[in-house]
Amino acid sequence: MFAYAVRRLGIGAVLLLSLTLVTYFLFFAVPSDPAKQACGKNCNEEQIEQTRVALGYDKPWIAQWGDFMTGLVKGRDFPADEELRANNPNIVTHCAAPCMGFSFVNQQTVNEILSGAFPISASIAVVALVFWVTGGVLFGILAAMTKGSFLDRGLVGLTLIAYAFPSFFIGKFLITYVSIKWGWVEYPAYLSIEEGGVSGWLSSLFLPALTLALLFLAGYVRITRSYVLESLSEDYIRTAKAKGLSQRTMIFKHALRAALTPLVTMIGLDFAGLLGGAIITENVFAYNGLGVVALQSFTSDDLPTMVGLVILIGSFVILANIIVDILYAVIDPRVRLG
Amino acid sequence: MSEAFLSIRDLKVHFPTTDGIVKATDGLSYDLEKGKTLGIVGESGSGKSVSSSAIMGLYRGTNAQVSGQIILEGSDLLTLTDSEMRDMRGKDVSMIFQDPLSAMHPYYTVGNQIAEAYKVHNDVSKKAARSRAIEMLDRVGIPQPDRRVDDYPHQFSGGMRQRAMIAMGLINDPKLLIADEPTTALDVTVQAQILDLLQDLQRDFEAAVIIITHDLGVVAEMADDVLVMYAGRAVEYGSNKEIFTQPQMPYTWGLLSSIPDVTGDTDVPLIPIPGNPPSLLNPPKGCAFHPRCPHRDKVPDGRCATELPELLAQGSVPTHLSRCHLTDPDRVYEQEVLPMIAPDRVGES
Repeated sequence: MFAYAVRRLGIGAVLLLSLTLVTYFLFFAVPSDPAKQACGKNCNEEQIEQTRVALGYDKPWIAQWGDFMTGLVKGRDFPADEELRANNPNIVTHCAAPCMGFSFVNQQTVNEILSGAFPISASIAVVALVFWVTGGVLFGILAAMTKGSFLDRGLVGLTLIAYAFPSFFIGKFLITYVSIKWGWVEYPAYLSIEEGGVSGWLSSLFLPALTLALLFLAGYVRITRSYVLESLSEDYIRTAKAKGLSQRTMIFKHALRAALTPLVTMIGLDFAGLLGGAIITENVFAYNGLGVVALQSFTSDDLPTMVGLVILIGSFVILANIIVDILYAVIDPRVRLG
Repeated sequence: MSEAFLSIRDLKVHFPTTDGIVKATDGLSYDLEKGKTLGIVGESGSGKSVSSSAIMGLYRGTNAQVSGQIILEGSDLLTLTDSEMRDMRGKDVSMIFQDPLSAMHPYYTVGNQIAEAYKVHNDVSKKAARSRAIEMLDRVGIPQPDRRVDDYPHQFSGGMRQRAMIAMGLINDPKLLIADEPTTALDVTVQAQILDLLQDLQRDFEAAVIIITHDLGVVAEMADDVLVMYAGRAVEYGSNKEIFTQPQMPYTWGLLSSIPDVTGDTDVPLIPIPGNPPSLLNPPKGCAFHPRCPHRDKVPDGRCATELPELLAQGSVPTHLSRCHLTDPDRVYEQEVLPMIAPDRVGES
């Protein structure tokens, strides 16, 4: 299993590098001018050209990618233009390896931007995950146990309605009613654990996490329901019943175990995606997580930040896939890794 | 009859479907004594598995309609509450199934699954249940049981899996063991081993056994009494010897003539039963077998197609029952059926 994980990690690293290459290529394949964006609205042509040289956007894209890779391995200094650095040592920023670049738009290294925003996104993702997995699995089992009943239809239907509403609507709704009008929770504003302690941190995450969870809930209810139902019709469930096991043991020990494989797959990919930021939800609640960073970097042609995000999100997805594959073997003894 | 260990009376198992009611078992009655083996034979869909699953109460909580009486040692299982029935399952009555690979949970070890059957009915520690499981694995002939106990079902061979299922079925020393096609999914050589094992264990555990099969060879070897089922009803019931030497029902004759006799003449052709098993949704009127019965013209007035024959003693043996309108089944068998299926045995009896 260890050798398998190492090999998968190696392949993952290669995949990540290819991802950055593609990102550079695509960025320069579309008609946009990052130098103009970095320079600002009031720049004239000459100033824009100076900016372009200063930031290194004048080089061919593949050379820029090469510089980026150098930074990743050895670290590098910004701005990119050597002459400019030599003449103005006071504006030089050193970015140590693994350097993901320097955002001229934000005047910060990408590493700083991402490490500031990541805890917010990760916090929302973790709490949302707990909400939707607990809710989805419990409701799914409940629906499966009462198949065809009013409760079953109600659960599946309600979660589907929640899914049908866009998350900006649900977010706005929760802020307006649950927080402002009814006053059940405080107006959501992110508190880190250092600022608010664990309880403050958790309560600041309640509404955004709920918004996200409602989005994912429907899928988990349905998949749990259908896999539990499917495995309830298996022969081994009949054996379990013939042994005299209770309904509860049959469902939680025997049927749910068989539904774990698809659940783990979904959880892994959904969670990895969310770690990279929930763009809509974070923007609705104005929590400056990776989703907000992603939107800003896109609207301001902030290439270094974009590439940083690609690396971060890409590595989460790759890692999640490796973990899911390893979990398959833990769940199902018939699976052999190799 | 009332002192019988197991008495089934007018058992009906009906499944409502959108097309109508499927009468999988329709008025089945039989008795079984302690320590005896009953073989239930019939084609697919004759109701043999369904009636036995009903004894286990496996249709509780489904939309199946079960009625009649299932009296085990004086108490009617159909009147028990769900939790009383659950306490009984796997302890007093247990069942082993056809395909042991799909009948075992693929994600749990064999030992875990066997120990689970013990632990649910006995208040013992995990460790005690495990050592009991090892003991049972040893008893059913699994080599190195203390090591194999931690294997998963897919690491066992087919025969070993069925042995493990038997260990699971017998771990609580049940009074009644139902074996539903226990050898169907196995190689012929393994089949014989499993049957021997079942017979051995039955002697040791003194359990009554119901063995469900479509294989008359299995019945001939294992059963004290034989019940032949067709379209959800008993069509013939008698001792092993009577069923195999003096069968009275044309369907039983059909079953006997469609199996090869390895000791007999190889030139004797196998005669399959023509046609297909009837639909249980809409069974034929009268005797359900009449559309396939080659002897129906011997009964006057076409009664086979209009009137359901009673299950009655037709010959000299009062416990040998059959459901047929033929007035002299023994003569038809001797003169018309036996010469075709075993010419060397004509005139023996």
